[in-house]
Amino acid sequence: MPAVSKGDGMRGLAVFISDIRNCKSKEAEIKRINKELANIRSKFKGDKALDGYSKKKYVCKLLFIFLLGHDIDFGHMEAVNLLSSNKYTEKQIGYLFISVLVNSNSELIRLINNAIKNDLSSRNPTFMCLALHCIANVGSREMAEAFASEIPRILVAGDTMDSVKQSAALCLLRLYKTSPDLVLMGEWTSRVVHLLNDQHMGVVTAAISLITCLSQKNPDEFKTCVSLAVSRLSRIVSSASTDLQDYTYYFVPAPWLSCKLLRLLQCYPPPEDGAVKGRLVECLETILNKAQEPPKSKKVQHSNAKNAILFEAIALIIHYDSEPNLLVRACNQLGQFLQHRETNLRYLALESMCTLASSEFSHEAVKTHIETVINALKTERDVSVRQRAADLLYAMCDRSNAKQIVAEMLSYLETVLKVAILAEKYAVDYSWYVDTILNLIRIAGDYVSEEVWYRVIQIVINRDDVQGYAAKTVFEALQAPACHENMVKVGGYILGEFGNLIAGDPRSSPLVQFNLLHSKFHLCSVPTRALLLSAYIKFINLFPETKATIQEVLRCDSQIRNSDVELQQRAVEYLKLSSIASTDVLATVLEEMPPFPERESSILAKLKKKKGPGAVSVTEMEDGKREGGELNGGGDRGPDSTPSPSADLLGIRSAAPVSAAPTSAGSLLVDVFSEAGPAASSAAVNDEGFLRFVCKNNGVLFENQLLQIGIKSEYRQNLGRMYLFYGNKTSVQFASFTTTVSCPGELCSQLNVQSKPVEPLVEGGAQIQQVLNIECLTDFSEAPLLNIKFRYGGALQNLTLKLPVTINKFFQPTEMASQDFFQRWKQLSQPQQEAQKIFKANNSMDTEVLKAKLLGLGMALLDNVDPNPENYVCAGVIQTKGQQVGCLLRLEPNAQAQMYRLTLRCSKDSVSRRLCELLAEQF
Amino acid sequence: MQFMLLFSRQGKLRLQKWYVPLSDKEKKKITRELVQTVLARKPKMCSFLEWRDLKIVYKRYASLYFCCAIEDQDNELITLEIIHRYVELLDKYFGSVCELDIIFNFEKAYFILDEFLLGGEAQETSKKNVLKAIEQADLLQEDTKEAETPRSVLEEIGLT
Repeated sequence: MPAVSKGDGMRGLAVFISDIRNCKSKEAEIKRINKELANIRSKFKGDKALDGYSKKKYVCKLLFIFLLGHDIDFGHMEAVNLLSSNKYTEKQIGYLFISVLVNSNSELIRLINNAIKNDLSSRNPTFMCLALHCIANVGSREMAEAFASEIPRILVAGDTMDSVKQSAALCLLRLYKTSPDLVLMGEWTSRVVHLLNDQHMGVVTAAISLITCLSQKNPDEFKTCVSLAVSRLSRIVSSASTDLQDYTYYFVPAPWLSCKLLRLLQCYPPPEDGAVKGRLVECLETILNKAQEPPKSKKVQHSNAKNAILFEAIALIIHYDSEPNLLVRACNQLGQFLQHRETNLRYLALESMCTLASSEFSHEAVKTHIETVINALKTERDVSVRQRAADLLYAMCDRSNAKQIVAEMLSYLETVLKVAILAEKYAVDYSWYVDTILNLIRIAGDYVSEEVWYRVIQIVINRDDVQGYAAKTVFEALQAPACHENMVKVGGYILGEFGNLIAGDPRSSPLVQFNLLHSKFHLCSVPTRALLLSAYIKFINLFPETKATIQEVLRCDSQIRNSDVELQQRAVEYLKLSSIASTDVLATVLEEMPPFPERESSILAKLKKKKGPGAVSVTEMEDGKREGGELNGGGDRGPDSTPSPSADLLGIRSAAPVSAAPTSAGSLLVDVFSEAGPAASSAAVNDEGFLRFVCKNNGVLFENQLLQIGIKSEYRQNLGRMYLFYGNKTSVQFASFTTTVSCPGELCSQLNVQSKPVEPLVEGGAQIQQVLNIECLTDFSEAPLLNIKFRYGGALQNLTLKLPVTINKFFQPTEMASQDFFQRWKQLSQPQQEAQKIFKANNSMDTEVLKAKLLGLGMALLDNVDPNPENYVCAGVIQTKGQQVGCLLRLEPNAQAQMYRLTLRCSKDSVSRRLCELLAEQF
Repeated sequence: MQFMLLFSRQGKLRLQKWYVPLSDKEKKKITRELVQTVLARKPKMCSFLEWRDLKIVYKRYASLYFCCAIEDQDNELITLEIIHRYVELLDKYFGSVCELDIIFNFEKAYFILDEFLLGGEAQETSKKNVLKAIEQADLLQEDTKEAETPRSVLEEIGLT
């Protein structure tokens, strides 16, 4: 415990603080505090009157306990008693307690105000200051009522001490901020403005904050302050560094006052009076000149104070936006700071330049720094600085540099998908997750692909504890005048489902919700409008009171006769449905209405598809969820196939309804991670197309002049689901369209593939979808065949393709440590268990590309296992219905020779051979 | 300025000064959030960050973080120097101030702050003038102390 050096040591207090500090645990601390509270309570209640010193000590202990974060519900009266003590230290502690623990108990406020009144009229400057500090600290409406008329008098009275004037000025400012209606300057205005001329720098420093605030609200009444401020500023700027004695801070004369003067001037347009304006421009030039002078001290305080003034001067120059010469000089100065070694200066320069970019005089000058700013975006280690750089690029963008800037920003924003993934992976708190993703959509809506917002909806639907919160949050987000279309989609969907959860609040009553959604309607694209129409019919079910309004909307020509068939159909059907059906029927129909076309995929599916550099692996993702408390609802992995509200959201068993308008893999809004190039059209024998799908699940399987076939697939354990999208590329109908999936030879006992028949007609330009359910019974080497027959014009088309169902699709990745890996490797040492191939590299040997491929294979890519860091090792288990096959893989690249050696060891020899065959074609 | 917080590297709050009316609950929430945010930042990062609609300016002195929340139009650099001047004032008053001085004499730390900043604005930036005001107050208590009755032995050893 340090010796209490100054003032009155309260030994009892110091001992108590020591005790608290010595407590070993939170429990011990609480115990000690409760003991003390009991003690103090008994002292306050005791028969023996306490002397002032004891009272002060106990009040101070209570204050300490409160500041530790505990609630204090007594002692206020004793503190108020201290206020009227004539011993300064007791009064001071009393005031401190009141300032920190204000209690709007009206009885007490009256007593406190009485004590303050007494001190204000005591004519003892120290007491007056204490009372003023208390008013400024509490700043309540009651205090404003009691003192707002008294304080201006004290402020301008000729015989008030300087220190009291300073406190009075800031006290009045605080009251003005709380209760502007009660602070009437009127007759005092001119005398307050003239405080700018006060001899005492401290008085000017305090008064100018008050004047600035008043000027913002009543510029006309205070406009005489402009010329006074300019002359004061001019005197400071031209003074030598020693002139102002103690108001000089590290060789900078009155930096706080200078900043405040420049700030005050920003409340007004440039001075009209030529002489005043000339003087001001001179000041600004001097400040800019001083920035070029060698520093008078190496201390950071010197440069900070000097630059604080400089930045404030630049803010004023930007505010005036009328002096091209000064604007360009400011820009050049900031340009120097962009490369300064002080992070703080780089940050501020980027920030300040952002406003300069919007001035026509300096826009071009700002643009010359583009390379530096781009570099900052790429290399700054501090994310807040990068954010500033991104803001500035945005501000300086115009036709001449748009391409360059947009490209840089795009690559910067590639992180968006990763943000979504991480948010999900580590979310333990669903409201936080919802907030994060909605924020993402708000900030970077264009870069948020469909999966991201599907995922929010999936999660909200599956978590009833977050639905009310989500409804409230989207409702608030939609209030923004311009919100991103993705936000409208999420909003429409969630309010349509859960709007009832917030309808109790009159601010978000059903009609308010509806009007809010509908206000966005006309700005949206067709799919979003279609979604909104569905939300409207849901509203009719949720809130019968909105029926008439919504029917009216549906009935109007722009809906019911919309040129878009989908919209028209929805409008007509919903209108009819709402008019004919009884409430019960409506409730049933709308309850069972399938969710908005849920296209099987979600962020994770997207991730699986991409597995790009730096992506989170699926295993990691799933592990994260387990630790993180199952964001996805019950992660049940059993084989049952009943979808339940808590079913897993990875999509496989969520039994997505067959959508009327499936999207093809390539239609994602903006797909920042897209790696697949345009599909090469292959011949009827699609070996090449087939092999391209070994390490990925989605893409275009086949394409010719007539037909495009896209695939999306997902696998979980020994089950898989594949979506086939047949697109008619012509404008002519395909007739007798049939597809058959067959498993030739022994494959029929190894793999079970079921498909539903497709519609026999495919209109020109249309796309139809087919779902295949796949079950792996045991390991296999051949591929199922897909035969497609249809008539195009008169000609019969017949096509047979290999479906890319390969044994590796049923991999479960297995993480293991180096030791385990080699132990198992040794266990699989029979010659037939190993398959090896040495082959020439066909593609880039880039690490990231290789990693992505290996991850796409479905095994876990193990780091720090192989003693040679150039090599890759993977482990996984193939899940079949009958058995599990453990597999280990080692890939040894030889960059010099452009060769690979691939070794596989599996518990089943046929699997080793097949995997080796498949993989040898991948690298 | 909207508020100032002093906290240790371990995240213990040592001083809090609020210049805007907020509920205790809100204050605790803000404190928790900011302490976490600031402690997570690395040494070379910039001293400013955007937080809600405010700007946070912070600086570390030995084991203590000084953290101010200012409004959009306020000047970050001059706020850094507000912090520095406050540290200088504490240092001058306590003589090589350390965290323990602020823990054991928290009331003094508040009094000094009130002389320097009031209602979130600089009241007196001259080091001499601030310290003069505090010393005068200390003198007042020296005077009155002599008139006090001698304290009991129990009190002297800190048992009451």
